[in-house]
Amino acid sequence: MLLIKCPYCEEERPELEFRNAGEAHLVRAAPIVEQSDDDFAAYLYFRQNPKGLQFERWRHIHGCGRFFNAVRDSVSDKFLTVYKAGEPRPNVELLLSRPAASPDPVEQPASTRAPRAKKAEV
Amino acid sequence: MVEMIQATRLHPLQAGSVSVALADNATRVSLRARSDAIPALSKALGLNLPVKPKSTVANGSRTAMWIGPDEWLIIDGADSSLVADLAKGQVLHSAVDISHRNVGIIVSGKGADRVVNGGCPQDLSLKAFPVGAASRTVFGKIEIVLLRTSENSFRIECWRSFSTYAYGFLQESARDAAV
Amino acid sequence: MSTSIHSGSNRIAGAGRLTPAKTVRFTFDGQNLTGLEGDTLASALLANGIHLVGRSFKYHRPRGILSAGSEEPNALVDIERDKSRKQPNVRATVQEIYDGLKVKSQNRWPSLTFDVGAVNDVFSPMLPAGFYYKTFMWPKFAWKTIYEPKIRAAAGLGVVPGEPDTDRYTNRFAHCDVLIVGAGAAGLAAALSAASTGAKVILCDEQPEAGGALRYESDVTIDGVSGHEWAAATVAKLRAMDNVTVLSRTTAFGYYAQNFVGLVERISDHLSNPGSDMPRERLWQVRAKKVILATGAIERHMVFANNDRPGVMLASAARMFLNQYGVAIGRKVGVYTSNDSAYAAAIDLKRAGVDVPVIVDTRDDPSSAVVNEARSLGIEVLTGHAVYSAGGKRRVSSMSIQPNRGGNERKVAIDALIMSGGWTPSVHLFSQSRGKVAWDAENERFLPGTYAQDCVSVGACNGTDGLQATLDEAFAVGGGNAKSISATGGTDWVGGMIGSAPGAGADTTVKAFVDFQNDVTAKDVRLAVREGMHSIEHVKRFTTNGMATDQGKTSNLHGLAIAAEALNRPIPAVGLTTFRAPFTPVTFGAIVNHARHDLFDPTRCTPMHAWHAAHGAAFEDVGQWKRAWYYPQAGEDMHAAVNRECVAVRNQAGIFDASTLGKIEVVGPDAAKFLELLYTNPWEKLGVGRCRYGIMLREDGFIYDDGVVGRLAEDRFHVTTTTGGAPRVMHHMEDYLQTEFPHLNVWLTSTTEQWAVIAVQGPKAREIIAPLVEGIDMSNEAMPHMSVREGKICGVPTRLFRMSFTGEAGYEINVPADYGQAVWEAVYASGRPLGLTPYGTEAMHILRAEKGYIIVGQDTDGTVTPQDAGLTWAIGKNKTDYVGIRGLLRRDLVADGRKQLVGLKTVDPKIVLEEGAQIVANPNQPVPMTMIGHVTSSYWSENCGRSIAMALVIDGTKRLGETLYVPMPNGVIEVEVTGTVFFDEKGERLNG
Repeated sequence: MLLIKCPYCEEERPELEFRNAGEAHLVRAAPIVEQSDDDFAAYLYFRQNPKGLQFERWRHIHGCGRFFNAVRDSVSDKFLTVYKAGEPRPNVELLLSRPAASPDPVEQPASTRAPRAKKAEV
Repeated sequence: MVEMIQATRLHPLQAGSVSVALADNATRVSLRARSDAIPALSKALGLNLPVKPKSTVANGSRTAMWIGPDEWLIIDGADSSLVADLAKGQVLHSAVDISHRNVGIIVSGKGADRVVNGGCPQDLSLKAFPVGAASRTVFGKIEIVLLRTSENSFRIECWRSFSTYAYGFLQESARDAAV
Repeated sequence: MSTSIHSGSNRIAGAGRLTPAKTVRFTFDGQNLTGLEGDTLASALLANGIHLVGRSFKYHRPRGILSAGSEEPNALVDIERDKSRKQPNVRATVQEIYDGLKVKSQNRWPSLTFDVGAVNDVFSPMLPAGFYYKTFMWPKFAWKTIYEPKIRAAAGLGVVPGEPDTDRYTNRFAHCDVLIVGAGAAGLAAALSAASTGAKVILCDEQPEAGGALRYESDVTIDGVSGHEWAAATVAKLRAMDNVTVLSRTTAFGYYAQNFVGLVERISDHLSNPGSDMPRERLWQVRAKKVILATGAIERHMVFANNDRPGVMLASAARMFLNQYGVAIGRKVGVYTSNDSAYAAAIDLKRAGVDVPVIVDTRDDPSSAVVNEARSLGIEVLTGHAVYSAGGKRRVSSMSIQPNRGGNERKVAIDALIMSGGWTPSVHLFSQSRGKVAWDAENERFLPGTYAQDCVSVGACNGTDGLQATLDEAFAVGGGNAKSISATGGTDWVGGMIGSAPGAGADTTVKAFVDFQNDVTAKDVRLAVREGMHSIEHVKRFTTNGMATDQGKTSNLHGLAIAAEALNRPIPAVGLTTFRAPFTPVTFGAIVNHARHDLFDPTRCTPMHAWHAAHGAAFEDVGQWKRAWYYPQAGEDMHAAVNRECVAVRNQAGIFDASTLGKIEVVGPDAAKFLELLYTNPWEKLGVGRCRYGIMLREDGFIYDDGVVGRLAEDRFHVTTTTGGAPRVMHHMEDYLQTEFPHLNVWLTSTTEQWAVIAVQGPKAREIIAPLVEGIDMSNEAMPHMSVREGKICGVPTRLFRMSFTGEAGYEINVPADYGQAVWEAVYASGRPLGLTPYGTEAMHILRAEKGYIIVGQDTDGTVTPQDAGLTWAIGKNKTDYVGIRGLLRRDLVADGRKQLVGLKTVDPKIVLEEGAQIVANPNQPVPMTMIGHVTSSYWSENCGRSIAMALVIDGTKRLGETLYVPMPNGVIEVEVTGTVFFDEKGERLNG
């Protein structure tokens, strides 16, 4: 059972209180009716599922009830950081270069943003 | 002369040193509001809504528990005017009466923390979960709100239809904690 | 040498720590035996001269006791308290005896001493490793019917109990700063140090008593007292500290992510009459900030011919039996070793008066002091020699000794043989923690290498040799400021050999066992390599080496070394098999703990449940809910009861418990805007006091849920969901609110259980309810179909909905849950004279099907759009956004050929179709037929006087009037495609 830090409760809580909610930073287009078939298919179905660091959503469903985002290594299961819903993607390189993972998300320069850059960040 | 010993009464629901008992009927409100409404709502309630995670603020019979960043569970006596009082705050909020949705169970006695830890995975040491701490969490296979009312007593709030399960589990756990 | 008759002829007076007066009686295969309090079953059997304890897995060879601990592969027995409390495969070295203990040996027939299955040993050349992969290939049918059942019966260990387990098991979540696994010298010292800092410490050990090797090491002095005394005093000191929890008989069996460690505490397996409150086992789910592994090392056996004979055991085990339990394992004990530690056992035995004729040491020139000490006690020491085989059958009777490289054989008569192949550091938990082991080539052992978690290993499991070094290391890692303490003596954990001993090498065909429990010999491992298994994982699976319940604690390194030798590759290149949880077998009871019987899963009951039960309701499980299914009266079967209930609702009125419906209160100025986004329907213009049936889609355009939504105020809606959908609908709504539409000023609160819901449906519904209601004008004009009012009923607050899931005029009375039963009873009393009839979920299903109302999840399956379900009318035509709007525009969702919901009428009105039955257009086509749809709902409708059904059929709405066919095993059923409304097609009754 993992321990997951909830950015709203500001402490680590047992995984039993959480529910994974899939890949993070998927953006619902506006107006969605005008989205192309290909883009809509990508939004609806296509997921990155990387081996290594992944951006994912969690909900502290049996705690504060909030959705939030996390960067987790899918190989080691280790969380690099967690951040509130709506906050931008943290700069992973910067976090990795720190001696100990900081819980504070770090703004990532737009130029180094990872895939899906064609979509607006929430 | 032999010192007289006062016999103590043993509640029939008491297993070992920890008792598991139903709480009195209560008024309960799920309050939702943004941070800018907190001062006005606090004033209307007569207590300062807690803003620190896992904390509570009580005033008289009224206890407000921080559940989430915009969510509080407020419990008061059965004849409370909670909803009406909140309306007097005249600020944007959602107050929903859930008095009958929940059932309260009181777990008290030395080792109450062990009884709760029979099904609740949170750290209930006084350091991590001090007196006055409250949190929504899990207990066995159900969701609860856990409030520590003293070093050796907890209030567990669960949904009505889960109360049989919670009560049965707590009694089993109390039997175990007594071993 | 004097013996105590009471507790076994091999008990040595003055030896061990048990109390001679405290005798315990037990039986072994029906034989009455006496042991001492504190004995393990193994020590008690040995005290009584019993070495033969079981038969082996495959060859049915006689087997004895190899070890004195949890690594035991051989001595597995069956313990039975009663029929339901029966445990197979119990290690005799772990089970403590109690008065009345009943033990049976396993895997033998008809008896332990005469076992028919032992012919397998004679035919063993025909049963090599992997034999079953190759031998039983033909004929194909025989595998399932003959070979597998026979092999399973012949091979195997204990028999599982046939009755449910009546023991109790419990659970405890615990958190600590430091969890220490193992209470030997290292663990105790680490605990003292950690505890001195004020840290919260949990110290666990699988043995009943702390000390680890100190329990048998007779030569240890710590802090001026014997090792055992120091251990006892230290545990007492730790137990007295508030910040320390000492758990004995507690095995750390699994090490998971983020220092989450599973422990099993055995609470009553050692007790004669455990109290009824006493659980058998307690699962501890421990989260530790830091884990200190002090798990020690496991002694290896020597791999030589017939090394499995009863009476052949590990040297450390013999020492434990002597020094802890006062039991001599034999009267004439041979010694076979490749390192120093067996000498200590030989010396202890000799000093206790046991004849130790010879120590056979494979080393050419052991220079240790213990060699001279042994010789000075009169023990012959043969260096550069090996035991080529053990003689005897049901008990070892001799050892055949030759020089390492062969030569003259000498046979020495013995009745027990102790051996030591050296020590394997116990890195199981370290490895489970995802740590990477490193190969220590010099000492031929795997040691903790790279740590993956906040964990540290100390002592023998870390390859730390020498007691003083271990204590120093443990004090340091414990984190305290206290100085280490001084110690002398103790076991050297280095030296020894891995792989086959002289005389069991590649050129031999002897049965030199590597894995006792799975009957794997050195030649089996070599065969696996010859057969092409080049990785240890493959060798392991081919031979089953290390796969038994002991998980190869004694055998893994030997197997690896033999495979590496056969492959002519270095050991690290061949690999080490992964260690997985559990470290030792864990009962299912401990894993499920409280989740049995009533606590297996919550059973949710509605506020009126007691009334239903008292009125004879049959209940249906709907998720965790118990719902009243139907209310049979005397002499009625289900069919008759349901027909009566259905007719009563249409002719008079019915009362139905709808409390389980999900309810969500949506509050805030943007409530309508939010609902516009979550439902296909328009909400902004819904008047206060009015209701609307809403459809919720997923983003892909498929129906997710449905329900009636009532507007209580401009900024307050009462939303209902399906019973089963309530939690996921709430989650879905929260997801969109929090992450897609966070700008909206609206909040959601689950009120499912705040309200008891009493549905009163039928032409007399208003007449029944009206007298009980205050403050609401219930006239047709003031309160039409699909409206909601707040007022009072029976003096308590109500949200009164006028709505219908039956097609009749009807109401759903919502009252705060605790009032539910009282209001129900009042309504029932009011309606009884008018024919009010309670109806259950079965009648509800039929009544709604008569009206063509869908049930999400029954008539839809996650691939059905509102158009498919005939609900196009529920989509707001002018809306520009809602969840699913884009999905509905997908090409496949608007194309022809989709399955659409239609009604079906069987040509023979008496035939009721089976739900799920497939539909075809042409019943005469060859199999496999082209299926064009399936039946989703099907009932006998007493109100229609015929069967009715709904189905999803390709292009169904274009097929109205067509005849289709439902092929069934007993023939083809002809059906006509119809609309979905079977009763009151115009819907006039709703407004009655």
